[in-house]
Amino acid sequence: MRPITLKVNGAAHTVEVEPSTPLLYVLRNDLGLRGPRFGCGLGQCGACTVIINGEAVRSCVRTAGTAENVEITTLEGLGQGGALHPLQQAWIDEQVPQCGFCQNGQILTAKVLLDKNPKPSDADIRQAMSRTLCRCMTYYRVQAAIKRVANGGVA
Amino acid sequence: MSRRTAIPREVEQAEALHGSRRQFLKQSGLLVVSVAAWSAAPGAAGQAPAPAGALGPGPYPDKDYLQLDSWIVVRPDNSATFYVGKTDLGQGTGTAFRQLMADELDIAFAKTSVVMGSTDLTVDQGGSGGSDAIQVDAWPMRRVAAEARRVLLDLASTRLGVPAAELVVSDGVVSPRGDAARRVSYGELIGGRRFNVTLSGANIDATTGKAPVKPVQALKNVGLSPRREDIPPKVDGSQEWAVDVRLPGMVHARNVKPPVAGAQLEAVDVASVSGLPGFVKVVTKGNYVAVVFEREEQAVRAARQLKCQWKKPATAPFPASDDLFDFMRAATPVNSTPPADSGDPTAAFAGAATVVEARYDVPFQGHTSFGPAHATADPTGDQLTIYSNDMKSYGMRNGVAEFLKMPRDRVRVVWMQGPQAFGRTAAEDAGFEAAFIAKELGRPVRLQWMRDEETAWDTKGPAYAIDMRGALDASGTLTAVDYTARAADHNHVGYNEHDTVLIAQLTGQRKAAANRGRASLPSDMYAIPHRRTTTHVVSLPLVWETPLRTGNLRDPDGPQVTFASESFIDELAVAAKADPAEFRLQLLTRGSGDDSGFKRARSIAVMKAAMAAYGWQPRPAGARGTGEVVTGRGIAYAFRSQTVVAEIAEVEVNRRTGHVWVKRMVCAHDCGLVVNPEGLRRTLECGMLHSLSRALHEEVRFDREKVTSVDWVSHPTLTHADTPERIDIVIVNGDPAPDRPDLPHYGAGETVCKPTLAAVGNAIFDATGVRLRRVPFRAARVLAALKAPGGTFVQ
Repeated sequence: MRPITLKVNGAAHTVEVEPSTPLLYVLRNDLGLRGPRFGCGLGQCGACTVIINGEAVRSCVRTAGTAENVEITTLEGLGQGGALHPLQQAWIDEQVPQCGFCQNGQILTAKVLLDKNPKPSDADIRQAMSRTLCRCMTYYRVQAAIKRVANGGVA
Repeated sequence: MSRRTAIPREVEQAEALHGSRRQFLKQSGLLVVSVAAWSAAPGAAGQAPAPAGALGPGPYPDKDYLQLDSWIVVRPDNSATFYVGKTDLGQGTGTAFRQLMADELDIAFAKTSVVMGSTDLTVDQGGSGGSDAIQVDAWPMRRVAAEARRVLLDLASTRLGVPAAELVVSDGVVSPRGDAARRVSYGELIGGRRFNVTLSGANIDATTGKAPVKPVQALKNVGLSPRREDIPPKVDGSQEWAVDVRLPGMVHARNVKPPVAGAQLEAVDVASVSGLPGFVKVVTKGNYVAVVFEREEQAVRAARQLKCQWKKPATAPFPASDDLFDFMRAATPVNSTPPADSGDPTAAFAGAATVVEARYDVPFQGHTSFGPAHATADPTGDQLTIYSNDMKSYGMRNGVAEFLKMPRDRVRVVWMQGPQAFGRTAAEDAGFEAAFIAKELGRPVRLQWMRDEETAWDTKGPAYAIDMRGALDASGTLTAVDYTARAADHNHVGYNEHDTVLIAQLTGQRKAAANRGRASLPSDMYAIPHRRTTTHVVSLPLVWETPLRTGNLRDPDGPQVTFASESFIDELAVAAKADPAEFRLQLLTRGSGDDSGFKRARSIAVMKAAMAAYGWQPRPAGARGTGEVVTGRGIAYAFRSQTVVAEIAEVEVNRRTGHVWVKRMVCAHDCGLVVNPEGLRRTLECGMLHSLSRALHEEVRFDREKVTSVDWVSHPTLTHADTPERIDIVIVNGDPAPDRPDLPHYGAGETVCKPTLAAVGNAIFDATGVRLRRVPFRAARVLAALKAPGGTFVQ
């Protein structure tokens, strides 16, 4: 165990944990965040996604000890000044989620996609999102919501 | 009316947690009292808002469904909360209940809310299941809301001195007809007080007051698509899920499953983990093993490190998955229904011009929940509270009480949001396990399964091996069908059964005799003059403590049975050189009778609607394309209860790689009166894609010891890359009297899962000329079929 300082959603938090602890458990159990969730623990599904330095990262396979000195953004930190991020608004406008358990990964992966490629083609979206799974199968609406944002918020 | 008393204590508290908290704080003195009461509850002092439903010590008697106050609370600000005994798994049923109840009550939809599925707060409507929330459970909800309206109009009549029959209501404000200046609101009439009205009804589904429900034409919110209120917290990160429950003193548990199915635990080396940081306990009983640690990652690590000595079973628990269907066809059934005939199928086959035969196989397919099974149990104060996403919270309450020999009113289940769960999932097993460990430890316990555990050990939809024969006469008319199904469904576990739940099996507390299981029949309205149906249930060698245990999975047998029956109809159409849609329509239209729900007429309506939406031009199915990538279309149809559906899939098949992409899907669906069209559309899209995943990807794989498909690589699922580029949902009202004021609302959710596998298989045949009779249609399987003699492989 040693003190580890994480910068999450703009605030620094110091926790005393084993450096090998998966970042996911620290975010959830020490910092009380609900956005990232355990889905597979193998980096295969995307439920635990956070954004680190502009990349979508699977926090279940990233250790806390390697997450110091980076900017971590979770679903809770996506909006600015109390307003929803346009992706979150599009998710509401398209009524995307069914159970919603995977949508953390869908939204954050889409955020990274659009930051890098603001006008993605359908093929770009399929490719970028293909490793972010949904067992309610909301894919069709997720893709519609991404296109809505790329289109300036219009369906 | 002076006898009315304050809202009961538990509802006050529920309002504080579930209701519009800020609105209350501003407007209701009652709430301040209840918040204070809540803050003083054990363990809650100084805490942030506690988990929904954590309302203090028991007992927790059943809510009395014969009391109107159990269902509806009207507050002084003219808002209302509905308390219903269902759970909403994200398909919008809670929103639909609000629409229906707001309409019957005559209150503004925006001023309503709904509390669902917590056993101490809401009447027992069984939670969810069977796609019957709108079809069955919405009726008592409508009737009690109508009764509340009647009572409120009586109160208004007294207040305004005008007969109730001469009063009108708009958004919870009552006025004499033609005199809008005189008005009194529901909130003024009863806000914050009890109705004290006793209802009648022999069971909860029959609950009613004196008031009739409204005709369809008088329902204002029904048919609109108000948005779901559970979506914003699910996209901004504020939703508290069942996985998020944190309790003072809570510890973390992980299971250690037998490495080989049927293995017996001989020894546990507790010392192999007791020196690890955070060690609390190793819990063992029989073949059940769990480790408990202070922190989650500690429990995860210890579950891997714990040294256990297991004794393998003397004989293999099951055949390997590659040998499953041979095994099933050779096995002596454990129970059977003898051949059931309508007409004279023996004579029809004897006189047939053409007999077509085919065999279809569907493997075990799992729930494979996106979030592994979990629950948190709190044993504080000689009682037990379980926080769970299981859709049948009431059954879990009853089952856990029985399993742990506790009084029912000392156990409650707080239903919370969770990952997708369509049927009897491992969420039930996790709830019992968390409760068991919490009682052992006397501390709150959070238990979660791991990915490999979930994928290997969750309940499975039964594998089916189906043999079909059909007889055509010289004109190509179908005269007889013979259906024989074998389902690997012996010891199918029920919902929350205290003696079949996995921990009961592993700890040696299981029931004496295995459940029978079942094999189901096709669901169609075809007029086939001669039919024979035979069903068998077969057992795998290992009956108990097996990862291949079956339980209800989203229309439990429908996708399997319909894959066979609707693929076979296509094969018959090919033999008759007929267009497959026209062939089905002919089978539907040549009959004359219908059932009480006009299901035959409505089947015809959805078939025609799907064909029109697709732009279906009649022609026989078969390989038409040339080149590497070929395109085809397939149709299939089914019903479930009174809901009917037809689906069309358009596929691209790469004949070099075997890859299948379903690029377009059409679904025409008639479930009677539609409460929320946009909610229904999404439910149908997602349901159809779930079955598309089962058509293309999903299969439980196993060797002769264990399940080997244990993660998202070895157990693939549909992905974004597979998603059709276009989905058309056509909502059909095929009732012969579509505007009738009593148009029923039927169920949605599972019917749409039935035809997809066959529609895709039929489309692959149309594209390639190759018939696939075994799902899933993974590229390797498609490629092997294309390369087989008569196939159309392209180098």
